[in-house]
Amino acid sequence: MTHDFLLEIGLEELPANVVTASVDQLAQKVTNYLKAERLTFTGLKKFSTPRRLALQISGLADRQPDSDTEVKGPSEKIARTDNGWSKAALGFAHSQGIQPDDLVIKEVKGVAYVFANKHVTGQPAVTILSQLPNVIASLNFPTMMRWGTHQFQFVRPIKWLVALLDTEIVPMQLVDIQAGRTTQGHRFLGHPLELKQAQDYQAALEEVFVLADAQQRKQRIKDQIMAIAREQGWQVNLDAQLLEEVNNLVEWPTSFYGQFDQHFLTIPREVLITSMRNHQRFFYVEDEKNQLLPYFISVRNGNRDHLENVIQGNEKVLAARLYDAAFFYEEDQKHSIADFVTKLKEVSFHDQISTMYEKMERVQVITALIGKQVGLSQPELAELQRAASIYKFDLVTEMVGEFSELQGIMGEKYALLQGESPAVATAIREHYLPNVAGGALPATKIGAVLAVADKLDSILTFFAAKMVPSGSNDPYALRRQAAGIVSIVYQQHWQLPLDVLLNEVVQTEARKQFSPKVEQAPVIPQVISFLKERIKRFLKDTEVRYDLVNAATASTSTDICFMISSANELQKQQNKADFKANIEALSRVTRIASKQAGSFATIDPLLFENEAEVALHGAVDQLQNDFSQKSVASDYQQLANLRPVINDYFEKTMIMAENQNLKANRLAEMNRLARIINEFASVDHIMTK
Amino acid sequence: MPKKMPLQTIASQLKQFWSQQGCMIMDAYDTEKGAGTMSPFTFLRAIGPEPWNVCYVEPSRRPADGRYGKNPNRLYQHHQFQVLMKPSPDNIQELYLTSLKELGINPLEHDIRFVEDNWENPSMGCAGVGWEVWLDGMEVTQFTYFQVVGGLSMSPVAVEITYGMERLASYIQDVNNVFDLEWADGVRYGDIFKEPEYEHSKYSFEISNQAMLQQLFTAYEHEAQRLIKLGLVHPAYDYVLKCSHTFNLLDARGAVSVTERAGYLARIRKMAHGLAQAFVLARRKLGFPLIQDDDQRHAAQEKYDAQHPHSVKQTSGGKN
Repeated sequence: MTHDFLLEIGLEELPANVVTASVDQLAQKVTNYLKAERLTFTGLKKFSTPRRLALQISGLADRQPDSDTEVKGPSEKIARTDNGWSKAALGFAHSQGIQPDDLVIKEVKGVAYVFANKHVTGQPAVTILSQLPNVIASLNFPTMMRWGTHQFQFVRPIKWLVALLDTEIVPMQLVDIQAGRTTQGHRFLGHPLELKQAQDYQAALEEVFVLADAQQRKQRIKDQIMAIAREQGWQVNLDAQLLEEVNNLVEWPTSFYGQFDQHFLTIPREVLITSMRNHQRFFYVEDEKNQLLPYFISVRNGNRDHLENVIQGNEKVLAARLYDAAFFYEEDQKHSIADFVTKLKEVSFHDQISTMYEKMERVQVITALIGKQVGLSQPELAELQRAASIYKFDLVTEMVGEFSELQGIMGEKYALLQGESPAVATAIREHYLPNVAGGALPATKIGAVLAVADKLDSILTFFAAKMVPSGSNDPYALRRQAAGIVSIVYQQHWQLPLDVLLNEVVQTEARKQFSPKVEQAPVIPQVISFLKERIKRFLKDTEVRYDLVNAATASTSTDICFMISSANELQKQQNKADFKANIEALSRVTRIASKQAGSFATIDPLLFENEAEVALHGAVDQLQNDFSQKSVASDYQQLANLRPVINDYFEKTMIMAENQNLKANRLAEMNRLARIINEFASVDHIMTK
Repeated sequence: MPKKMPLQTIASQLKQFWSQQGCMIMDAYDTEKGAGTMSPFTFLRAIGPEPWNVCYVEPSRRPADGRYGKNPNRLYQHHQFQVLMKPSPDNIQELYLTSLKELGINPLEHDIRFVEDNWENPSMGCAGVGWEVWLDGMEVTQFTYFQVVGGLSMSPVAVEITYGMERLASYIQDVNNVFDLEWADGVRYGDIFKEPEYEHSKYSFEISNQAMLQQLFTAYEHEAQRLIKLGLVHPAYDYVLKCSHTFNLLDARGAVSVTERAGYLARIRKMAHGLAQAFVLARRKLGFPLIQDDDQRHAAQEKYDAQHPHSVKQTSGGKN
């Protein structure tokens, strides 16, 4: 016979963004616990609202299966005396809770030991379930809190607990709450409710105005919103993130629409949407041409009674916000971009580094260097220069002061209003991209250069100020910015050796007297390895084998695209029959070179003793000419082609010759070749077994 | 809903309601501050093991929010109705909702939501977990379980409820402009506050003497530090409040660069932390007298002594 079990944790309102994750976590931990306890079940259904997390488990076994275990005791030699069992044996039997007569002897690897065979009767389900408070207490939340006089930490105060095995309460206690059969209905529409049995949960809650099934609730919201849109002839973008949030703010959704004054439509669309979506959790509506309409749709946590109050209240709040926004929009347009840029002299980028204005000066240096390197045309360079000299101006506008999430977006709007070219305006918006991990990248080249330059300057200067991310501490999101650089550079296929670039940046800034308050030159190697770490992360999300990622990023190259391409090339090659042999041949060279560092003497062909030396020398000469001229595929192929030459060389040549001149000459050849190999990849990292 | 409940009636209704729930009715504290939280009746009394239940109206000054009396929603000084209960009662949300009913707001006729909003005041070393309460989309209350105050972890935990009086009143009176609110019969909010709003905005944004304010900040800071060392907690706290308000004035003037801002805030935080510790120590010396139950009081004393072996040298007065 199997059972149904219901567990419901009643809470003060959960943060909307943790509801779904929390019920998933609860389900996972309860499943793991029941598995570990060998209590089987066939079904598990999750329920979640802002005030409750619940699980309904079906087909739950009546009890754990019985088990037989065998416990090894002392050896027979110790266990037996002439008069029967020794003290050790008796003690063992006692500790295992069996009679001495039930001990048995078994041989293990030729030695006899006593064993206790135990039959353990499975525990009934109710016993196992009554331990669930420990599982609940083990849940983790992004923010934990305490309340009242308790030391217990949870996401929000726990108000009630329901634990029903079919019709019976499973006795358990969490903090000061005893489990029972009483759940709560909707905060205003409902009332407390006694559940007769675990199965009744969903239907019973619906009677007290709670849609406990989050999917069902979300579907109802969607249907309601779409019905309004159909009736009114509107287009609604059912933003998945907003829908998820709204769904976790209500137990009994009723969608409604409201309006705002037509004249607010002169405010930029993004401002209106931010006010509605981010601040009020409203859905905005559009006509069939995707033009915003002066209406919004929102969702009440309740029924339709007195809905007019709710509509009126929401309209009033939105009007107040839009009134502010319109005021800011008007005020900002009274100032020129030059005014705002001047104000940036008063705005600190970071107190230990520089002002925001000075940051823009440095970024102009960086954009100029990158722009030239990646082959922008003269007109493009001119627009890039203009963008870099103003791109932070919107930070001091009233609008961005109020709606910080609109930084860059307002910059673009205002730039266009003030007659900047579309390319400049777009770059101002795009320089923040990607603004989330894996987010959209700049679509324009000018935007891409500005985005990379801005991030590079932040990383360089924060590192120089010794504010390096560690562990979970990365307040300036330098890791995300570094990852952004990697993604953009790779997407743009730019050849950009970082060591050269960063050194030029620092020197040029010094020459123009744009240097920040902190010394950047010493941290360049650190910045490069920081970026290499991000390349590794970038590659880990792809197919490339772990050791190949390490080999490519441990190369002496500092070119982002090159490292990613060489990792990809190695991945492509690694299944081929000759891969192992190629890598082994190359590794022989780099190993010898690394052990015998130093000798970069000019190689004297007169000291060659065999043809293999001559052949290798010629091959490396050729390689030096051709390497890194075409593609990573060709580079790999050139290195692979050396395999017979290298192997022949090692067969015929004793590198560690007695004669010091011969030895130095041969090591120099090894070093010369190793340097080229290491530029491609650190082949030692590649596993060839 | 009675459409025209005057603002002063809202305040007195709330006082009456919360006093029935065991809160003392206090008055506003007489030093400038940015929020009701900064009254010693909240900031200091939230700390330590003693129970504390209080409510009061607190005029709160935020110089940077001044708009010369021209913006219908923004004010240099607004009024907060502040409730603090320690330990937080189990039914605190229900109490709060009942208080709204006392003001004529029937939840069945509106949409009331608890939307996550965790609160932090780094300059005072404070952090809490809670919600903003939305009434038909308008944030009317901040609801916070304090977790850390003055850098000290709360035990027991205090819950703070802060009603925005103007917001609530503009809702209850159905008024769009704060200056049209009725304060008392026949007297509007604008009649009382419009001119001060203009003058304070003018002063804060244009006229204030920055050099003097900077000197004041430093002078207040030194005095606070000196008093903390002497264990004179309350006068020291007054000077911390003065520092905070002086900083806000400098900030409104745009006189504080981002650089300096961090520095000023760190200085205030350091003092707040020192004060919090000094306050509990002072209460310990008194024996935590607000704990009524003898056993609990002794337990709290012992717990404190065990955690602060070097702080309490002289506790003879405490154990009676």
